[in-house]
Amino acid sequence: MEQNKKVFGIAALYDSPNAIIKAAKTVTDKGYKNFDVHSPYPVHGMDKAMKLPPSKLGFVTLAFGLSGAAIALLFMYWTMTIDYPMIIGGKPFFSLPAFIPVTFELTVLLATLSTVIGMVTFFFYFPNNSHPIHDTNYMKSVSIDKFGLCIEADDEKFNEEEINKLFTDLGAIKIEKIFFPDKLNVKILEPKFIGLLLIVAAFVSVSTYLHLNKVLYLVPFNWMMDQGRLDVQSSSELFGDKFGMRNPVKGTVARGFMPYEYQGVNEPTSPLSNPYLPTKENLSLGEKKYNSFCSPCHGNLGDGDSRLRGQFPLPPSLHSSKSRDWLDGNLYHVIVNGQNVMPSYSSQLSREERWAIVNYIRVLQRAKNASEADIQEIKKEPVTNVSE
Amino acid sequence: MSQSNLNYIKKDLPTSLQKIGFLLIGIGVIGGAGAFLLNAEQAAFNYLLGFMFLMSIGVGALFLISLEYVAGADWSTPLRRVIEFTASITPFLIILAIPILLNMHTLFHWSHTEVVESDKILKEKAPYLNQTFFFIRVAIVFALWTLFYFLLTRNSRKQDISKDQNLTRVNIRLSAVFIPLFAITASIASIDWMMSLEPHWFSTIFGVYFFSGSVLSALAVITYATVKLREGGYLHPRMVKDHYYSLGSLLFVFVNFWGYIAFSQYMLIWYANLPEETFWFLARWQGSWIYISLALIFVHFIVPYSILLSQPAKMDAKKLKFASLWILFAHLLDLYWLILPTFKGESTLLNFVLGLSFPVAAVGGIILLFYFNSKKTNMVPVGDPKLERGLNFRL
Ligand code: HEC
Repeated sequence: MEQNKKVFGIAALYDSPNAIIKAAKTVTDKGYKNFDVHSPYPVHGMDKAMKLPPSKLGFVTLAFGLSGAAIALLFMYWTMTIDYPMIIGGKPFFSLPAFIPVTFELTVLLATLSTVIGMVTFFFYFPNNSHPIHDTNYMKSVSIDKFGLCIEADDEKFNEEEINKLFTDLGAIKIEKIFFPDKLNVKILEPKFIGLLLIVAAFVSVSTYLHLNKVLYLVPFNWMMDQGRLDVQSSSELFGDKFGMRNPVKGTVARGFMPYEYQGVNEPTSPLSNPYLPTKENLSLGEKKYNSFCSPCHGNLGDGDSRLRGQFPLPPSLHSSKSRDWLDGNLYHVIVNGQNVMPSYSSQLSREERWAIVNYIRVLQRAKNASEADIQEIKKEPVTNVSE
Repeated sequence: MSQSNLNYIKKDLPTSLQKIGFLLIGIGVIGGAGAFLLNAEQAAFNYLLGFMFLMSIGVGALFLISLEYVAGADWSTPLRRVIEFTASITPFLIILAIPILLNMHTLFHWSHTEVVESDKILKEKAPYLNQTFFFIRVAIVFALWTLFYFLLTRNSRKQDISKDQNLTRVNIRLSAVFIPLFAITASIASIDWMMSLEPHWFSTIFGVYFFSGSVLSALAVITYATVKLREGGYLHPRMVKDHYYSLGSLLFVFVNFWGYIAFSQYMLIWYANLPEETFWFLARWQGSWIYISLALIFVHFIVPYSILLSQPAKMDAKKLKFASLWILFAHLLDLYWLILPTFKGESTLLNFVLGLSFPVAAVGGIILLFYFNSKKTNMVPVGDPKLERGLNFRL
């Protein structure tokens, strides 16, 4: 049966590291090229005995290590300064010290992964995971306590008798012929192996899913919702009347609020005096607010010509002697309190805006009822705001 | 064992070495005296620099001796005498420390009791940072180092004649005791002599930082000396490139380690951005100090890293010698950067040049130590049971 098989090589076993070093040296010196040494642990000095050149694998490591550094830096540069700039801890967008740890990790990761993958593909001819010396007695011995050397049949100087003699001279304790297996099969592509991989994948996925979603399930973080305070409209045992919502203490004044003395009173007994001077800003504020809030009913000039087309009772003119003789405080009182059908504007207008409107009404009134002196006064002033 | 002993013929170092050593020390002493006359304050800081240079190398080497014993390493046995000679600095440290102790008040802000009284932080630190306790610590630390130096080297020397294997066992036990003590004492020493220069500042990694620089510079001296001595035929002829490679690898490792620790210290302080920590780095980022800070990254990390990266470089005698000297220079720069920013006075070029006389004297001292040690001791531990294996060491 052995005759039909193709010879892979001849292997010899030795007892000690010194013997194997000597054997490797002699075999190298004799000019054999395709041979390999197998030992249960690394034997110091073997590279030199076999005259192995330094491995090229280091360059793969270097190239991938450097690309790891470059990828990490460019990626962080892009995310942190271009795509989604975010200030973290008051540091600049591109802050190198913060990026160094990630760069370091990625450098190491790519360097080591590429070394392993490079070794497996270039030196072990992945996906071929079988080798004729697997499953031989020789392999068994060198995995335990023996040191072996195997000269392959494709070596130029391969000659069975010579090699046998050489091995014996070097003190081999056992010599074994190694054959290629009947048919070379790449075990990685075997259906059984792939089936096993699929089963493992399925098992890992399912068990991961069950673990994360059932066994180790944690309620999502929502403790911010658990707070001691009372919600709106809720009851509380703390108070006798069980109302959660409380009125402010009597006499409380809101920040920035100026209470109006005659709220809800028909006639102010002594109307307030106007605290705002009719300055330019104050008047333009008054004009703006009057036009928005008062003019729909009272008309742009206060003539009482409502734009509401009879849907609301027409208000009286603001140029009546009643209005003109009124103190500023009375006008203010109407804005705050309303008058008969006119509603209150206290919620829409701030205190300053109300007084500004009062000032503006005074301007309208004086314009409509200008005295001779006013006209002379205007004529004296150069007209500036008329376009030609 | 006997076979390897035959190959080693003891050869004395040339007397020219003695001359060079004394010359350098002479230059150092004269220059140093000039520096003290010119600007005593600055000279005190420069003296401290020279002192720390020696201390870090000596105690780093002492650590490496004990590391060899504890790890059971045999590759370094053929060159252990070189390490022992380097470590022989340690007994002298206590004498060399005297000028610093005399200049206490110039160097150490916290040694002024009236300053401490009015300073809340220093007051809190006073139980540790006070003169009495400082002197006690200095005494204990130096006593321990000296004791272990004498014990370890005496046993090693005895073995040359008696070939008593038991002495190795004794040294292994001693080393196992020394290494944890070393961790504590080296941290204490680094905090006392250098970190307390800025008594408000603190960095918990400072001891490790000192350790990395210390072992690195000790390795640099050892590598340089080993290659030089091997080339001159003073060491065992069976010491080969594989031994160089181990030294080169260790240098490379510690260059990396220093970079890792230096960056860790910087990054944590930079990130946290707490004023009580950052001011130390800010002081080194102002004026021309920024150039030294930046240069340190290149001089102490990138350049030696690149020189030593490839495998052939780690075995190449020329490159190893260059890298060792370069690293020693980098270590000096590092110490300069650690110590001198605390000196706030005005400096002139003359002052700066005179300040260099302290490291010059330190180098002279190391050369002389090698010369005198080699006279009375074998340069190879011929009685060590690990020697044969060490000489056979191959990659
Ligand atoms: C919805 C229409 C309407 C708007 C808007 C309105 N008013 Fe009136 N206003 C009236 C009516 C109607 C009366 C007459 C009430 C009554 O019968 O006494 C009146 C009366 C008044 C009076 C008293 C006049 C008088 O002679 O008794 C004043 C002053 C006044 N308004 C000012 C204002 C001001 C200022 C605003 C703007 C803030 C304003 N009104 C906005 C409808 C309006």
